[in-house]
Amino acid sequence: MIKQIAIVILQIFIIIALAPLLGGIIKKIKAFFQLRKGPGVFQPYYDIAKLLQKDSVVSQNVSWLFHAAPIISFAAVLTAGLLIPIFITEMPFGFAGDLIAVVYLFALARFFIALASLDAGSSFGGMGGSREMFVASLVEPALMLSIFAVALNVGSTNLSYISQTVSAMGLDALSPYQILAFAALFIIAIAETGRIPIDNPATHLELTMIHEAMILEYSGKQLAIVELGAMMKQLLVFSLLANIFFPWGIATGAGLAAIFIALLVYAVKIVILGATMAMVETSTAKWRLFRLPELLSVSLMLSFLAIVSFIIVKGG
Amino acid sequence: MLNTYLFFGLITAYLVGAVSAVILNKNDRLSAYVSFLSATLGAVFGIIFSVSILSGNSFASNLSGSSFLNIGFFVDKLSAFFILVISIVVFAVSVYSTGYVREYFGKKNIGYMGFLYNIFVLSMILVVTANNAVMFLIVWELMSIISYLLVVYEHENEDSRKAGFIYIVMTHIGTGFIILSFLILAGSGGSFNFETFRAAGSTMPPHLKDAAFLFALIGFGTKAGIVPLHIWLPYAHPAAPSNVSALMSGVMIKTAIYMLIRVSFDFLGAGVLWWGMLVLVIASVSALLGVMYALMEHDMKRLLAYHSVENIGIILIGIGVAMIFMSSGRPELAAFGLIAGLYHTMNHAVFKSLLFMGAGSIIHSTHTKNIEEYGGLIKKMPYTALFFLVGSISISALPPFNGFVSEWLTLQAQLLSVNLPDNITKIAVLFSGAGLALTGALAAACFVKAFGISFLALPRSAHAEHAKEAPVSMLAGMAILSMMCLALGVLPFYVVRILDSITTELLGTSIISRISFDFTIGTLSSFPAGISTTWIALLVFVFLPLPVVVYMLMSRTHVFKYETWGCGQPVSTSRNEYTATAFSKPIRMWLGSIYRPHREIQTTYSDSPFFKERVIFESGIEPVFERYLYRPVTWVVLAVSRIMRIMQTGYIQTYLLYILITLVIALIYVGSGG
Repeated sequence: MIKQIAIVILQIFIIIALAPLLGGIIKKIKAFFQLRKGPGVFQPYYDIAKLLQKDSVVSQNVSWLFHAAPIISFAAVLTAGLLIPIFITEMPFGFAGDLIAVVYLFALARFFIALASLDAGSSFGGMGGSREMFVASLVEPALMLSIFAVALNVGSTNLSYISQTVSAMGLDALSPYQILAFAALFIIAIAETGRIPIDNPATHLELTMIHEAMILEYSGKQLAIVELGAMMKQLLVFSLLANIFFPWGIATGAGLAAIFIALLVYAVKIVILGATMAMVETSTAKWRLFRLPELLSVSLMLSFLAIVSFIIVKGG
Repeated sequence: MLNTYLFFGLITAYLVGAVSAVILNKNDRLSAYVSFLSATLGAVFGIIFSVSILSGNSFASNLSGSSFLNIGFFVDKLSAFFILVISIVVFAVSVYSTGYVREYFGKKNIGYMGFLYNIFVLSMILVVTANNAVMFLIVWELMSIISYLLVVYEHENEDSRKAGFIYIVMTHIGTGFIILSFLILAGSGGSFNFETFRAAGSTMPPHLKDAAFLFALIGFGTKAGIVPLHIWLPYAHPAAPSNVSALMSGVMIKTAIYMLIRVSFDFLGAGVLWWGMLVLVIASVSALLGVMYALMEHDMKRLLAYHSVENIGIILIGIGVAMIFMSSGRPELAAFGLIAGLYHTMNHAVFKSLLFMGAGSIIHSTHTKNIEEYGGLIKKMPYTALFFLVGSISISALPPFNGFVSEWLTLQAQLLSVNLPDNITKIAVLFSGAGLALTGALAAACFVKAFGISFLALPRSAHAEHAKEAPVSMLAGMAILSMMCLALGVLPFYVVRILDSITTELLGTSIISRISFDFTIGTLSSFPAGISTTWIALLVFVFLPLPVVVYMLMSRTHVFKYETWGCGQPVSTSRNEYTATAFSKPIRMWLGSIYRPHREIQTTYSDSPFFKERVIFESGIEPVFERYLYRPVTWVVLAVSRIMRIMQTGYIQTYLLYILITLVIALIYVGSGG
């Protein structure tokens, strides 16, 4: 019991503590590719710390929902974090939800932020909310098919079991259908984390924002929670990619040494994924909103091919 | 014995409600209270009765009859489940109605409404308990006609009359197909009793089985609102008073689902692959098109009506997958699919009635159905807003509320198709999972729009400005169903136990030990996966937010109120707000080939072409099914009628001649031994 509680606390701590660092690292790598010096990797921590000390300015039009939305969506993302294998495959809360539940928890978080975007009555918020729900609708079918592909390969949507099984497979896990499903999910990860070419997290022009436009009316502490929630979601999406497809090194028991190694390996995997994302961001320009269906239908096709090739190779 | 008392008690309660409504007609208030409280009592009897059947043995009662018309009832666990669904919704809606009908006091005949309402509920109960095809058709027809009369309750309204007309035509086309299906079954079985249908199902030649299934699918599909037979639904449900819309959308269309399960699983054994595939395709198309059209709707009640089309699709996905599993001899997997479908049936009944009641309170208070004229209602109607939010989260399939559980079960059922022998079927079923995921995402988008535009920000019109909270009785009705949404969401391990007892009786295998655990439900996959919405609810709404809330409250920083940022414009008004049309615009452009949107901009100029006086903007989408499917059909029917008119001379001699000719032909046919 104590061990379980310790693991839960460690997992929450790692998610909250590492999420800003990942954001900082991605920014730094982007700066490197763009021949800039860039802010230090700890800058997001300073930003959040500063926001937490500031007074908030809240629109006079808003209702209780505007105040509740950041907290609920933060909690929803963190709950998803407790279902995802980070450094150990036997998460204490692993029973509470599978891969599909994780997707729907992210949807819950998005739902509340999108509602809050309409609450202040500004056009920018509505624009952001509308686009966010549009992109989510594009993402969802491809996401579900790639989840199906992963689940078919392993025989379950249980996340502990997926990472255990794939981890035990060793290099055999690199089958064509796994690679196809990974490619599909990577495209989805770009959309889910709001990165170029789908959304631009660094933009300051309201008309091109998606996520940033939704949270335009937030300030102070609430903004800190929203920002932290978005960073946590980014970390969790990367963790999913890492520990579904390359779970090697993850701890299967609660030994201290195993957990220590698992944490190191996890950090390396996340940084590699972050670097890849930074390279993608640097080498592409943001796409027009109405070209996004093309990109996400590529993802849909890839995941469909993953399923078809699995069924052809394995016969189901 | 107790069951007999309960069953006839519930029938009596509705009859008393109906009759007393008419007797007390002179006094609006008394008439409303007596008739709706009587219906509430009937619902309580119904809940106790169905729980007793679900936990015990089935109930049969034969009053009188022959092999043709047999007035008999048979309540097995499947029927009992639908009585439970009907009764729960009726209980809440009746409480709501006592407040809602006040709007009609002095303007409309309340006794008439109370009478129709009670008979309508009674007819639904009889539909799911009838044990004879002829009796079934009589009560089915009663249900259709009473609901028609309720749709045209506000008959001074041109739109209501048109909606009623479309409804009555469509529902009779449906009934025609149901009669065909029953005639085939009766022809093979030799009687109109459902027992003989059951026996006939196993001995019938395959082509007759196919025909009986297809006719039943069209007939009951019309009532359920599957695409393309759905067109009456977005007219009829909004036209009725909101308490009746809640019943029509919440439970009446479920009676068709009941009969579809009854006919295809109970009578015909559901052993044919293409039946399942057909249902799955129709279901996926209905789910997708339903939600797509809902997104473009700005009439609150029409929006909800289109969501009924969507949700019937989701229910039928579960049922279709179950049929596919049956055809390959996997009853345990079929049971899983059927449980998913039945779970969603219950869920949709609860949250859709809740949403219709919410819409009813808004319309009650603002007197408009156009969501572009709402706005800011969360401040004027805080409780209605909370209940509508619960309904919105539930219908968007977000955890931990009930829609999520049944959607999760349905997705897992689709994933189980990996156990099927045929690869193409496998891929098709898996791909339908992508359709369901898209449906869920679009539904979420639609309810961000529906809730956000209606309840948040500033009032967009004087109607919304003067809105007032609904009376306590209406709030109580919504509160009951909001609680049900949460309970069905966080206690799924208990609900699936009830559903498993139904599928055990129907399919002969129990899977309860594999799907229901302490606070968790699981799947049948080779390594089980599970969810615990109980824990998710605790984590998302209690444990994790608590420290954040405490931290926020303890902080020493201040919160200042100020205007919304408007790029430096001095005042922010409701004219700056995003509209529902704008909100759904990206999706309208993306799916333009389905919507075929059009827009018209007219500009008038004052003196010179540089000074615009006013701009009129109009946009809309094309009603594809009405224009390209129903209009040609109507045209053909009218053309044929014009030709037929030649026969209708109006002289009685001619008709006598027709009778004579028919008689002679019939005699010759019989005489020649035909």
